[in-house]
Amino acid sequence: MSGEVLFDVRGLRKSFGALEVLKGISETICRGDVVSIIGPSGSGKSTFIRCLNLLERPTGGQIFFEGQDITAKGFDVNRHRQKVGMVFQQFNLFNNLTVLENVTISQEKVKKTAPAAAEEKALDLLGRVGLADKAAAYPAQLSGGQKQRAAIARALAMEPDVMLFDEPTSALDPEMVGEVLQVIRSLAQDGITMVVVTHEMAFAQKVSSRVLFMDEGQIVEQGSPAQLFEHPENPRTREFLSKVIHVI
Amino acid sequence: MDLVRIATEYYQYFLQGTRTTILVALVTVLLGSVLGCLIALMRLSRVRVLNSFSRLYITVIRGTPMLVQLYIVYYQLDFLPYPDTTVLGVDMERAIPCIIALSINSAAYVAEVIRAGIQAVDIGQTEAARSCGMTAAQAMRYVVMPQAIKNILPAIGNEFVTMVKETAIIQYLGVGDLMYNNGIVINATYNPLPCYYISALIYLALNICLGKGLNIFERRLQRSER
Repeated sequence: MSGEVLFDVRGLRKSFGALEVLKGISETICRGDVVSIIGPSGSGKSTFIRCLNLLERPTGGQIFFEGQDITAKGFDVNRHRQKVGMVFQQFNLFNNLTVLENVTISQEKVKKTAPAAAEEKALDLLGRVGLADKAAAYPAQLSGGQKQRAAIARALAMEPDVMLFDEPTSALDPEMVGEVLQVIRSLAQDGITMVVVTHEMAFAQKVSSRVLFMDEGQIVEQGSPAQLFEHPENPRTREFLSKVIHVI
Repeated sequence: MDLVRIATEYYQYFLQGTRTTILVALVTVLLGSVLGCLIALMRLSRVRVLNSFSRLYITVIRGTPMLVQLYIVYYQLDFLPYPDTTVLGVDMERAIPCIIALSINSAAYVAEVIRAGIQAVDIGQTEAARSCGMTAAQAMRYVVMPQAIKNILPAIGNEFVTMVKETAIIQYLGVGDLMYNNGIVINATYNPLPCYYISALIYLALNICLGKGLNIFERRLQRSER
């Protein structure tokens, strides 16, 4: 079911000072994949996903995107990031702009789309995430769930080849998690390639085509959701799953 | 009452001095802000040379008395061909070195205010802008700066008020500002206390007006951006 290779990660390492967070990660992500990354906090999940759009500079190894080495010197980072949408745990909507402007600004300033066309696209996307009536609102007037949906629309506006989600529901009140997961799920069904760092095991199980389990800077185990959740092989995976799935 | 008598008799000295003070303060605040912006950008730059220079600049300026800086600028730059004219009754040959010294001083404080204001904007805003493909400059211009302005304005207003008061030291170089003319009136009347009261009231009035103006500006900014 996988298409052409989008990301080809080879021996990726990342250190912050003396602390090595990623200890050699190799992984390929293909067009159409929906990859969930699970694992205990501090295992390097977020750092890994942030390396994919170079918000973190790898300290070792290589990352190829559509055949190009994005870690090479002189690589056009800004161009790369246009093709890789990112959704953050803390939403990070531009507080000085309305919801509509949040979705149009990078179309206009980065892609040089005409304002009218950018606005049309933005309204279409806001409709898709259920926020058409909030176009004129400022981020401060939105709930957490609405902010995150707006942030998803903002990322989609650049028509990325792949979407990265860095714990998109971890900062939300419990009753708002569902509405955001619903949107992400609908994107997955539309065939958008995505990599999702998440603590929502049910979501990972239902929506992903593949699940990676990370611990201590390495991918310990990976496989289809059925395989990984029902028949985990590695003792560390088993221990982690037993802790997060059967709480109470 | 002495105060009223002196004020009515010598009001022209006070007025003239006030005009000079306003003129010097205005030019200083403008030059200092522009220079301060540059220093702040250098301070935030990742280019090692620019960063080190701005650090050194701020350390030296904040670590030495303004009066000393004033004299050093005056004597160090005495080779410059200052225009031998008066503008609005202000002797340029003496006022320009003062304006340079005060601007250099003000810039260091303005730079720190701007840097703090920019750094107070959540790093996530920059990350989000960059992750949409914006360059560092675009992220600064469209996302970070509009938010930083709201942090910067109140503190920079403070710096402007300080500058108006600090111009008082230029009397030592013989520029006919409010304090200089205040001295003239004291010598004529042998009655210093009322003179100082009059000058104090004038400085206070100037800064109240300045504060009101900045408030209006701040409020307008908040209305447009919430």
